[in-house]
Amino acid sequence: MQMTAGEKEAREVAAKSDTNREIFLPPERQRVKDGGKPHVSAKNFSIFYGDFEAVKKVNADILSKYVTAIIGPSGCGKSTFLRAINRMNDLIPSCYTTGTIMFDGEDIYGRFTDEVQLRKKIGMVFQKPNPFPKSIFDNIAYGPRLHGVNDKKTLEEIVEKSLLKAALWDEVKDRLDRNALGLSGGQQQRLCVARTLAVEPEILLLDEPTSALDPKATAKIEDLIEELRGSYTILIVTHNMQQASRVSDYTMFYYEGDLVEYAPTKQLFTNPRDQVTEDYITGRFS
Amino acid sequence: MSKSTTGSAARSSASSGRVKTIDIVNKGLKSRYRKEKRFRVYGLLSIIASAVFLAFLLSSIVFNGYSAFLQTYIKLDVPVKTGMINEQNPRRSDFQGIIKAAIRDYFPDVTERKDTRELYSIFSSGAAFQLREKVLKNPPEGDTTISLWVPADDDVDMLMKGHMKRDVPESERRLSDKQLRWIEKLETDKRIEKRFNTTFFTAGDSREPELAGIWGAVKGSFYTMIVTLVLSFPIGIAAAVYLEEFAPKNIATDFIEVNINNLAAVPSIVFGLLGLAVFLNFFGMPRSTPLVGGIVLMLMTLPTIIIASRAALKAVPPSIREAALGVGSSKLQVITGHVLPLALPGMLTGTIIGMAQALGETAPLLMIGMVAFIVDIPGGFTDPAAVMPVQIYLWADSPERAFVERTSAAIMVLLAFLVSMNAVAVIMRKRFERRW
Repeated sequence: MQMTAGEKEAREVAAKSDTNREIFLPPERQRVKDGGKPHVSAKNFSIFYGDFEAVKKVNADILSKYVTAIIGPSGCGKSTFLRAINRMNDLIPSCYTTGTIMFDGEDIYGRFTDEVQLRKKIGMVFQKPNPFPKSIFDNIAYGPRLHGVNDKKTLEEIVEKSLLKAALWDEVKDRLDRNALGLSGGQQQRLCVARTLAVEPEILLLDEPTSALDPKATAKIEDLIEELRGSYTILIVTHNMQQASRVSDYTMFYYEGDLVEYAPTKQLFTNPRDQVTEDYITGRFS
Repeated sequence: MSKSTTGSAARSSASSGRVKTIDIVNKGLKSRYRKEKRFRVYGLLSIIASAVFLAFLLSSIVFNGYSAFLQTYIKLDVPVKTGMINEQNPRRSDFQGIIKAAIRDYFPDVTERKDTRELYSIFSSGAAFQLREKVLKNPPEGDTTISLWVPADDDVDMLMKGHMKRDVPESERRLSDKQLRWIEKLETDKRIEKRFNTTFFTAGDSREPELAGIWGAVKGSFYTMIVTLVLSFPIGIAAAVYLEEFAPKNIATDFIEVNINNLAAVPSIVFGLLGLAVFLNFFGMPRSTPLVGGIVLMLMTLPTIIIASRAALKAVPPSIREAALGVGSSKLQVITGHVLPLALPGMLTGTIIGMAQALGETAPLLMIGMVAFIVDIPGGFTDPAAVMPVQIYLWADSPERAFVERTSAAIMVLLAFLVSMNAVAVIMRKRFERRW
């Protein structure tokens, strides 16, 4: 069996990070500069809702600056896993975790980890667009203001930069003072992305970001993910397998709380190793 | 059960050839529409019934009470001569005597002692106060005649308003034939007429209906409500926010929750007993004052505000919390920046309901001495005061016929107070809603 240089590197990375999964980097032309380091790494990481183990002993490294898609049937634990990364599950009283999950070498659930700081670094965009009932400008400026930026000029720069990154600037630049709830669903979702980008996170968690959008808006969000690839580590939960194969470099397949398969997207969709994965991606699922 | 019917329907359709589902639907459709129609009629009927009751209530109050806004006054020319007014201390002059002399001047043919007493009783005892006020304001120089419109006695007032009949035998009315004749003389001289009753809106309570006013009770209610609002709104909201957002879910918080829900249903007089025992007896706060009344009503209002505020907090969509947390807000920032502004309209609604309840409450105030007969208009939170519902209760209890219309008029004032209080709250709520 022949290995490319990238695969070798990935194997080394995997060996160093102590995970039992083999990880492959994508072919050379898709490689991202400075990417591929384990950004988030889970070790025997389980998530419980009371007695129910929603995510079972996951071992995986999320590689930096790549797009990782998480797929799987409803209730398989993919959203739970995603929300665990920035501790959104803390809102659910009965939820607790075992094992460790590290972010940049720091235990996310460690005793001294500050979740506010963590969430600044790990931004999240939700299934349903959820802009604040404020003006477009205030929506974007909200995060930076929280973190102490009050200078009007700096804020204006941040707002413009974030909206440009989220490919929304041209559509809203003349009506920044309008209420964000007046935007269309797709625009609202891009606004949410821009709002998250405004606090300059390192990781972007997208929880089914296009499930409430029409195909046109979905295409825009996908283009946006393509734009951001290489600048941020992106995790996207999706029900749409075409979307996963279009936008992601890696794909995780969850089934009943187990991380069944984690591989480069192309490999997972063309040559899955696991029978369950194959059944799922070919639609032969009962 | 529904399963078995569909099962039998399927079997029967199988036996009688092909019965389409749409036929079954069509068959049931008529009765479904009938049911819906019936339901709508029930709803409409209940609306109409309540509207009729409300209209009846309001019209009977207005019909009984509108005449209280008018009062019969009699014009009296009062000759004031030097020496009548006490030079050193004009306050202590015999104004009653001056008025009586003026009355005797006007009716020179009344001489007998018994008759003069009857004559005097046509006029209200307020006439002397009116004269005193006028004299103290501009002291007369030399001999002058002061022309005054003085209030008539409440019996005369009732006669003028038609509540007392003139053509019944003397023994069946409160005014004698002689008094009627004097009143007729005043009428022919155009010295008696009904005028707008300013006293009702400016005076405190009185044993004389023509001198009684609602203003003391309005101010008492106002001060009491201020105390209630200032205490219950922040405490209620802080408690609701803590219970909803911060409190751990355990037996202690469950216990607190059950108790708050129960407190909302406790008879209000119990809060009065509590106020008597704790605030008056233990803390020694001043009796009959808006301060104590407001605190007792605050206790009564708190559960309402807390329950409504918690419901409003629960109704804030979780997506907003997630959005705010997602960009790195702390818990407090999420609450003050997003949750509270969105929940505020609902909280204000709860506060309106609680305050309206408190405004109409008499039972807890009985216990802390706010049912006393208080003539003075309260000037602050620690002056003895009555509140409007108590005033209404006191007047409804009074035997004089003139208090009947004043009771209804006081109810109108209470309703106006309530409506304006609610209007302020609604305007505030609208403003907060628009901002968001």
